[in-house]
Amino acid sequence: MSERKKAEDFAKEQKEISVSEFFEKNKHLLGFDNPTKSLLMAVKEAVDNSLDASEEAGILPDITVKIKQVDDNTYIVSVADNGPGIVKENVPRVFGKLLYGSKFHRLLQGRGQQGIGISSVTLYAQLTTGVPTKVWSKVESKKKTYYCELHLNTAKNEPDIIKEDEIEKDVVGEHGVKVEMEIHGRYRKTVEDYLKQTSVSNPFAKIAYTAPDGTKTIFPRSVNELPKPPKRMKPHPHGMEFGILQRLLQNTSSRTLQSFLTNEFSSVGQQSAKEICKLAKLPEDSKPQELDRAAIDKLIKGMQTAKVQRPPTDCLSPIGSAELEKSLKKEYPNAEFITSITRDPEVYRGFPFLVEVGIVYGLSDESGTKKKKEDDEKKEDTIELIRFANRVPLLYQQSACALTEAAKDVDWRRYNLSQSGNNLPSGPMKLVVHICSVWVPFMSESKEAVAAYPEIIKETKLAIQDAGRKLSSYLSGKRRAGEQKRRMQMFDRYAGEVSDAIAILTGKNDKDIEKKLKALVESRVHIKEEFVDESTDTKDVKKEEKK
Amino acid sequence: MAKDVKKELQKLGDKILQDIEKKENPSIEIPIRALSNVVFDKKLGQLTLGDKTAKRYYFNVAHAKKFMQTAMVASFSKQLIDQNIHASIRDMFYNLKRTLPDSNENTFDEQSESDPIIVDLEVAIDVLREQLHLTTDRKGIVAGNVIIQDRGDSIDWSKLGSGGWSIPSTVDEITFKKVEAEFVLVVEKNAGFERLHEDKFWQKHKCILIGTGGQPSRGTRLLIQRLNQEHKLPVYVFCDADAYGAYIYSVIKSGSISLAHVSDRISTPSAKFLGLTISDVYEYDLKKATIKAKDVDIKRAKEMLNYEWFKKNPKWQKELNLMIEKGIKAEIEALSHKGLKFMSETYLPDKLKKKDFLD
Repeated sequence: MSERKKAEDFAKEQKEISVSEFFEKNKHLLGFDNPTKSLLMAVKEAVDNSLDASEEAGILPDITVKIKQVDDNTYIVSVADNGPGIVKENVPRVFGKLLYGSKFHRLLQGRGQQGIGISSVTLYAQLTTGVPTKVWSKVESKKKTYYCELHLNTAKNEPDIIKEDEIEKDVVGEHGVKVEMEIHGRYRKTVEDYLKQTSVSNPFAKIAYTAPDGTKTIFPRSVNELPKPPKRMKPHPHGMEFGILQRLLQNTSSRTLQSFLTNEFSSVGQQSAKEICKLAKLPEDSKPQELDRAAIDKLIKGMQTAKVQRPPTDCLSPIGSAELEKSLKKEYPNAEFITSITRDPEVYRGFPFLVEVGIVYGLSDESGTKKKKEDDEKKEDTIELIRFANRVPLLYQQSACALTEAAKDVDWRRYNLSQSGNNLPSGPMKLVVHICSVWVPFMSESKEAVAAYPEIIKETKLAIQDAGRKLSSYLSGKRRAGEQKRRMQMFDRYAGEVSDAIAILTGKNDKDIEKKLKALVESRVHIKEEFVDESTDTKDVKKEEKK
Repeated sequence: MAKDVKKELQKLGDKILQDIEKKENPSIEIPIRALSNVVFDKKLGQLTLGDKTAKRYYFNVAHAKKFMQTAMVASFSKQLIDQNIHASIRDMFYNLKRTLPDSNENTFDEQSESDPIIVDLEVAIDVLREQLHLTTDRKGIVAGNVIIQDRGDSIDWSKLGSGGWSIPSTVDEITFKKVEAEFVLVVEKNAGFERLHEDKFWQKHKCILIGTGGQPSRGTRLLIQRLNQEHKLPVYVFCDADAYGAYIYSVIKSGSISLAHVSDRISTPSAKFLGLTISDVYEYDLKKATIKAKDVDIKRAKEMLNYEWFKKNPKWQKELNLMIEKGIKAEIEALSHKGLKFMSETYLPDKLKKKDFLD
């Protein structure tokens, strides 16, 4: 019988695990599950940060992305922006500490949320190539550029600065940030797709891209104005969860429960605060810090059942229907039909959200894909679904995403598209779905799929249906026009024989008659033909008789 | 018959051309040819076309092709008349069939498409196919003591051996030089004609014998009418004892539903039905030679009971009801059951003597 281990022995082995260590072993949770995706993640995290920073600072973003191949599976990714820059003191932590960020604790629509993104790339770089991440930051045109090279200390989750300097050389223009990361990866077209889609959802941004083979692509601005900056939002009582509420109660400066409710939450006035207390069976003047677990539970129930106004919606910043349409027209200039709609905000779990949908129909030829004949509708590919959350393209886990679920749930046959079972429809079409919210519920930290809240699925479906109706009316108009054309071609085809016959009957010139008849066909293109069925329809016969 | 067909065709063309010049939807007005627009004229004893018409438009998806085809047939006919030549309706079909430019579509695909267009044109300008210089296959045979003139040739119907004279589709231009007969006997079947011809029935009974070979052609019907009207010869029709036989008789007498527009020009209202009747079957003891009627026979007989021109005669009602009731029919060959010469030597003389006819 082996010797039994004692609790003390275990205690020696039990120690704290830092978040960094955890993610070091679980790279896939951050989206680094394969080389192709890892390269894309590096680009994506840097670009998302650049866009967020520029937009918040009120600067029209100008972003330069470069990918350089070092060897078979190593690439240098560099992203530079014209944003406000980051003050020297914060640079190492922004790029070298996980879960450090300005966005986690606030309810404001933005691209990043948790503060994991870019520092996870630093971590990934040091795990794969060991080359430190390089950052240049310039805050003001007069100041020097701060430069540093850093690693992430996984045990402490703190940045390790390897080298830092203040340099004269102009790396990022008047202000902005440039980051350069050397990582293992595999280059695929997905990077370009991501940038193209980012350009669609951020029509005010200009992105210049240099691929590993040296090809330069510019995604220009289609809108010269930044969207209205979203407002911060206090939490709404309907979305409260135990942990968050407990933290809010601990940190508040309010002295009574009632003032805590009115101060810390959106849409809660005196009346609603009183109602919440009443429903929770808690005195209005309870001290927030003194509520125990049972009381917090009661408070949550009260908050959820109380009638409270919807959360404010000025915290949302949609692309905008007109802007989205413009943007799509810029990206797909050959599309036959483009439409877009922006729905009014809705609420899930107390978080306001909003859905926008764009439809690009009839892409004749795009990047060498086989051209579909219009009348050849027998075997078409399914449509392409392009998903965005807070303007960020979602490139992976399409089938797990609530936006996909909603798109599949729509009965596309009603909008003149073919659809087999509960799948995405078929046709030469791209469907763009954008959800924006102060807090988009993602399925995982890599932010690739939206969680299936019934409110979100329902609202997304309604948005798609709105756009679908527009598509359908376009398609039926097109069909009518096609029929009209076929009809006219038929009349035109018969004109020769009819003219010859009439020439023989009347003794007049056949060419002359044909000219007149063809002119008549031409002039009748837009006139509805008379529908008189000669064989059986006696109603029409009577009409004729009356004449 | 004095109608100037050429002028009518020209008028049709002028009208369409006017429509085109007035920038209107070119149309051709055509009387409707369906039972709904067929009227039985009691006074004349004929089926006639009602006054319901429909317009065939060029700018109508459902009409356009037929419009073109009608114009083509009209112009084809105009050319025939201009050159004073005739063409068969099959000839015309092949003449007009062609593929339209830049398409896979033919002007006509089947003759079954061009045949009804001819009838449309007939009713539209109120002329006969014969007048449009369009002919059909010969159908029907005649024998008798008659001499006629056809395209300059004299033809003696009594000297044509076993065959008889084949009746052409156009008989309005033949002239009768000599007609020595007291009546016309029309036999539905060529077999019946052969029997009677061999038995020299027409010689013995001073008649003109006509075999229609089923539903009589327009030429045959016109010939019967001319013999009846120009030579005052009574016409007796000898058919099978079934609904189809009765209808053949009614077509000769009153005209057909599908050609109601030409009834007055080719029907013979005074024609009488000689036999075979179901009553005859019992009268002449032919029960053994009858055939069991099929469902379609009964159905057809029931339909005919309701035709106005069969309704007016109680004797017809009786015969049709008998057909339905007994569920039998009999062909004229049934008479051979009593011996091959029974038809010509017993049955027909007997019926003629007794004047046992249905009207």
